[in-house]
Amino acid sequence: MALTSPENKVWWNEPIGRAELIWIGIAFLWGVFMFGMMVWWHLEGNQNLSNEVYRVLPATFEEKTEAFTEKYTVREESDIPVAKPEPGAEVYMLARLWEWWPILELKKGQTYRLHLSSMDWQHGFSLQPVNINIQVHPGLEHVVTLTPTQSGEFSIVCNEFCGVGHHTMVGRIHVVD
Amino acid sequence: MNTAVEIGIIGGIAAKFRTCPATGLKIDIAAQNLIKANAVAAIVFLAVGGVLGLLVALTRWPAVHLLDADMFYLVLTAHGLDVLLVWIIFFEMAVLYFCSAILLNCRIAAPKVAWLGFAMMLSGAILTNVTVLMGESSVMFTSYVPMQADPNFYLGLILFAVGALLGCFVFLGTLVIAKEEKTYEGSIPLVSFGALTACIIAVFTLASGAIILIPTWLWSLGYISHIDTVMYKLIWWAMGHSSQQINMAAQVAIWYAIPAILLGSKPLSEKVSRSAFLMYIFFLQLASAHHLLVEPGISSEWKVFNTSYAIYLAVLGSMIHGMSIPGSIEAAQRRNGYTNGVFEWLRRAPWGNPAFSGMFLSLVLFGFLGGISGVVLGTEQINIMLHNTIYVPGHFHATVVAGTTLAFMALTYLLVPLIFQREIIWPRLAKWQPYLFGIGVAGISLFMMGAGTLGVARRHWDITFSDATLSFDYPPVAFLLLGLNGMSAILAAVGGGLFVIIIVASIIWGKKVDASNIIAALGPMPQKRVSDAVTSYGSAGTFHLPGTYILVGIFFTAFVLYYFVNWKYLSELWILG
Repeated sequence: MALTSPENKVWWNEPIGRAELIWIGIAFLWGVFMFGMMVWWHLEGNQNLSNEVYRVLPATFEEKTEAFTEKYTVREESDIPVAKPEPGAEVYMLARLWEWWPILELKKGQTYRLHLSSMDWQHGFSLQPVNINIQVHPGLEHVVTLTPTQSGEFSIVCNEFCGVGHHTMVGRIHVVD
Repeated sequence: MNTAVEIGIIGGIAAKFRTCPATGLKIDIAAQNLIKANAVAAIVFLAVGGVLGLLVALTRWPAVHLLDADMFYLVLTAHGLDVLLVWIIFFEMAVLYFCSAILLNCRIAAPKVAWLGFAMMLSGAILTNVTVLMGESSVMFTSYVPMQADPNFYLGLILFAVGALLGCFVFLGTLVIAKEEKTYEGSIPLVSFGALTACIIAVFTLASGAIILIPTWLWSLGYISHIDTVMYKLIWWAMGHSSQQINMAAQVAIWYAIPAILLGSKPLSEKVSRSAFLMYIFFLQLASAHHLLVEPGISSEWKVFNTSYAIYLAVLGSMIHGMSIPGSIEAAQRRNGYTNGVFEWLRRAPWGNPAFSGMFLSLVLFGFLGGISGVVLGTEQINIMLHNTIYVPGHFHATVVAGTTLAFMALTYLLVPLIFQREIIWPRLAKWQPYLFGIGVAGISLFMMGAGTLGVARRHWDITFSDATLSFDYPPVAFLLLGLNGMSAILAAVGGGLFVIIIVASIIWGKKVDASNIIAALGPMPQKRVSDAVTSYGSAGTFHLPGTYILVGIFFTAFVLYYFVNWKYLSELWILG
């Protein structure tokens, strides 16, 4: 029994029951299938996180985001600029204690290259209610290719703990038709 | 005192021991005291961490919203530390000593080193707790850089990890002594093999913890200027996630041990069960990747291979245990005479024995809630929908609380008579305890996973965003689910509180156990002869186990369905490429 040494000293030569063998086979194949599913989704699926990342100084990223915002600002909301880049543009959004800046206005069905980075600590880009979640690090510029498939008002909640103001960190993306 | 302490030769040198009236094993008094100390420390931290957890759940219940923001983040940090690390690892030390010195009939190696390890763990745990409670270190259990805690926060954790490493080496030393002095014949028992698996993983885990926390501590003191944020996560999670794999190995060992003691069960195949443990050693540690699936700076190839534990070979190990354990129970029960129909063996199992009910609930809840959700959550692309949502704590409350904690509680009901030599006080109350706790934790897991599917963030004080410049409303169902989570947490807290009270009271006031009542003290079981279990009977040859096939079939169907439902949800997301 399980609490004592195996009675048969040469236990590795004992036969394995048929049912157990079948189950091992099923479980193994299921594992191979699940592995293949991730690989296949990279080839055929539409939801894969980009691997395009650059090292960047927070100050440099801030400059780039400010230049982007200045170029594309169309209005303000709650004193935050709303940037409306042309389709296909390089789009910048920075995370800092405790805001996502600026607000973006995108067109449905158009593809954008969204550059994300943090000015201070780690933050969690959580696009709601779509439910896309991406970790944002300081010092790393992550370029995510994004195509909105719905129009409306979307929020970015921070879902990586970033201090006492964490729960007030909300950003915005508008998607228009 | 009923059991005489003798001086005799065990494991080659003179040591104090007593003879266990149930099994005839020589029990090294030094090992027994170490098991007692570690188990008691574990239960104290479980009590503290459990209360903190209740405060967290009551704050996340929007209608109650108990603590203010500062206090919430402080309490959440301490909750994670105390239950995810301190309670679990202290108890695992007790399990390691039990599975080496006691089961192998041996003296424990270097008990003074083991006591030094215990003292380091205890002082480290206290130091970190005090530092957190003083404020200024509310950095969460994960303490991701560049957010910085007080240096003593890291120092306490380093002390704890190094102390636990000493315990691991004492375990390994005890195996060497037992082998050299031939205190057992042939191979070590399967349960000890499982404990050895846990120990090997623990060495990897605790060393990783020390490797990342020592530079982080120096950084907090100003001696190092920069810690890379992605590298920190990679190595930190080699401790943070892999320490849960110690639990995995330890709890599976307990799932084999309890039915062996109560029902006389035997693994279906020694070879298969041991190979499954071996897969844990080879592959479980890759799970650090589960926390890096939506990080910048790591390639998809790395993510896919590591998150799948090398093509799901560690999951294969768990699925093998998932059949072998209920199979061994069914086989033993059929041998015990419960042969009617497909499920008489299960219906007539000792459900009134908290050790058995706790163990079986732990197995089922871990498999269905924790295991399936873990694989889904750890799928590279699906993780985009779930990363850092409250689905994540939903998943790991199913594994670590419903799985590991409940398994440890179940084992404690046997350690009290066998090691503390006391009867369980209030057996009727004890009978209900695993159900209260198990159902409460199942609720916590399910409702958090439900809210996470709706996008609710974890570690978040205010999902109404009342102080935010821009507003956002989660769907109303999310509020309902968090309310139900709070109610489940109350139920689980009642169950957990009962456990602590029953065990502490039993240790202090329980009736003493000796040869006359030891079997009865283990609680109801079909065969009232525990020493019989030591001799050979069990499942060998009885390979027709229809009940187990049905249970495994239900599990697999649920797994496959839930897996594809999540791919379906994923395909509806915005296009990312």
